Amino acid sequence: MSQAALLVLADGRFPAGGHAHSGGAEEAVKAGRVTGAADLEEFCRGRLHTTGLVSAALAAAAALGLDPLELDEAADARTPSAALRVAGRRLGRQMMRAARSAWPDPSLDQLAAARPKGAHQPVVLGLAARAAGLGARDAAYCSAYECVSGPATATVRLLSLDPFDATGVLARLAPELDLVVREAAEAAQRAVADGVDELPAASAPLLEVGAEAHAGWPARLFAS
Amino acid sequence: MTVRTGVASGVRGTARITARGDGRGGTVLPVLDGEGPIVPRRTRSAGAGARVTLVGAMSGPLGGDHLTVEAASREGARLQIGSAAATLALPGQSKEAARYDVRLTVGDASELHWLPEQLISVRDSDLRVTTRADLAASASLVLREEQVLGRTGEEAGRLTSRLTVRRAGRLLLDQELSCGPGAPGGWDGPAVLAGHRAIGQLVIVRPEFDQHRPGPALLGETASLTPLAGPAVLVTAVAPDALRVRRTLDEALRTLT
Amino acid sequence: MHLDHSHDESTAVSADAHRPDGHRRALRIGLGGPVGSGKTATVAALCKELREELSLAVVTNDIYTREDAEFLLREAVLPPERITAVETGACPHTAIRDDISANLEAVEDLEDEIGPLDLILVESGGDNLTATFSKGLVDAQIFVIDVAGGDDIPRKGGPGVTTADLLVVNKTDLAPYVGSDLEGMAADAKAQRAELPVIFQSLRSDVGVGPVAAWARAQYAAWAASA
Repeated sequence: MSQAALLVLADGRFPAGGHAHSGGAEEAVKAGRVTGAADLEEFCRGRLHTTGLVSAALAAAAALGLDPLELDEAADARTPSAALRVAGRRLGRQMMRAARSAWPDPSLDQLAAARPKGAHQPVVLGLAARAAGLGARDAAYCSAYECVSGPATATVRLLSLDPFDATGVLARLAPELDLVVREAAEAAQRAVADGVDELPAASAPLLEVGAEAHAGWPARLFAS
Repeated sequence: MTVRTGVASGVRGTARITARGDGRGGTVLPVLDGEGPIVPRRTRSAGAGARVTLVGAMSGPLGGDHLTVEAASREGARLQIGSAAATLALPGQSKEAARYDVRLTVGDASELHWLPEQLISVRDSDLRVTTRADLAASASLVLREEQVLGRTGEEAGRLTSRLTVRRAGRLLLDQELSCGPGAPGGWDGPAVLAGHRAIGQLVIVRPEFDQHRPGPALLGETASLTPLAGPAVLVTAVAPDALRVRRTLDEALRTLT
Repeated sequence: MHLDHSHDESTAVSADAHRPDGHRRALRIGLGGPVGSGKTATVAALCKELREELSLAVVTNDIYTREDAEFLLREAVLPPERITAVETGACPHTAIRDDISANLEAVEDLEDEIGPLDLILVESGGDNLTATFSKGLVDAQIFVIDVAGGDDIPRKGGPGVTTADLLVVNKTDLAPYVGSDLEGMAADAKAQRAELPVIFQSLRSDVGVGPVAAWARAQYAAWAASA
């Protein structure tokens, strides 16, 4: 087991379907809420502290060995948007495929059998991290980073944003990412002791509403 | 029980409401207990169910206060709870946050409508709200929550509101909104509220949604209806002001019930 | 209570020749090539030509809209449940080469939902000359270029032109109008591709998609024989 497995799992080229999702950025761009690097930064910051924190905590809890089906149910309850549940499960299924190839493990097989159309992505990610010998914080880092790097990359394509500006946004968010990961990992530890209700449930109304709007568009670049 | 014991501890108070079916299609209220600044009063009901209005005996909650409403609609009951006016979260002399906890229980073959007026987060206030609804498998729930960030033209206070709905022991919805000065970053940005000052949620749980759940729908540019992962739907609306949020939720309520 | 997911068989890990239930999966043929070269028209013609003899389905990788899928639906080349679209996040080549997971799920879901299939055509979103399909996704691939896109394309080569199992030079009926040298294109293609086949096609001619359909039939026969 190697710490470098974290780099494999966190790599933007890890073939788990993320490239086709904008994390709500496509809708926010079309609605005029994101028009440049400054908006993108606030968008990513808001996402990081809401859905990012929740995802990171779910991933950390899965990495700690909590029952993935119970976590999957917790993810459902924390994802009111049906469109986002569909996207989350689709990405989970894609993550599952990649993870089973990279780090074959009976725990992944079991979850794949129980949720053939996909468990929520952070749960699969956490389980994959565990199969790769990584810890709860590693899983939380992967999940939290992905939740901001996805919209940043998508916005580069959507707005022809200068890629250096987008990377600058991610770099500036790094200290906050550390905080979110710490909070997520602590919540996951509490969940081990006191149950999954200890996991955060921070929500972002406009991400939820926007996801339903986006899912209804006849033409779009990204799946979510 | 309502005692302002000093600056640091604030007011403690609990309102308790219990409704149960009278066995003849009506609803009785064996418990209607208002020890504290929130007083529940039975009001005239249009139908067979019971109607209760929460009346605020004082302006609050202030910093350091801890108010609780416990309402139970037991087997066979139909209970509707509203409030006489909006609730203001106000700054207190205490540096502590105020707490407001709502505990709703809905039994089998029973229905609860929780339709209070808005919660207004006044400048410099700090309030933590938790709303928990526990439903039996054949229970129905209509739950509305609206938050307004600041009175007209005013900055928002700090507000955290967590809403948890459980049905037949399983989690159906768990959401927390955190906003105002000192909230985690980005709360007013393009992913979360984008400058909107009113937020509303309407949860409708009905056993018959197990067969026919309404599909997702947009209710204007910043509001949507979405089916939850169970026999329930959630309407989420944000708008520049409370009136527009209420209009959206009312419209949704009309079409869904 | 949880209505979002169903419980059926487990998913496959990779592009194994068999589905999790042990049945042999469908042959998958990819169609790639630049925008406007006639991939969708070729897919439509292939469906019409082969649908009586093979159980078919199509996956499209639209770049922006669902136009390709909708064209196929409008033309009624197959029943709607046999046509599905994958969203590619502005990167069509990523979805067929670098991260094929969404396409793999699309082909698996088609077989799960409509039963055993013989052949699935996976159409790439229009892209550049370097876009090729991963071997993890398709068993064989067709690269479609057209005479109007420039008769120097075969000479320029690139992975699509050079390595595709079949190169289709489409819209030969337009050659006189755009001044394309078909013989030169054939010679360049031969030089790039050695023994790999090239078909010059005009869907407006009497033979139409016939030669490409015959190639696909032979691919299927070989796939079926290798079971």
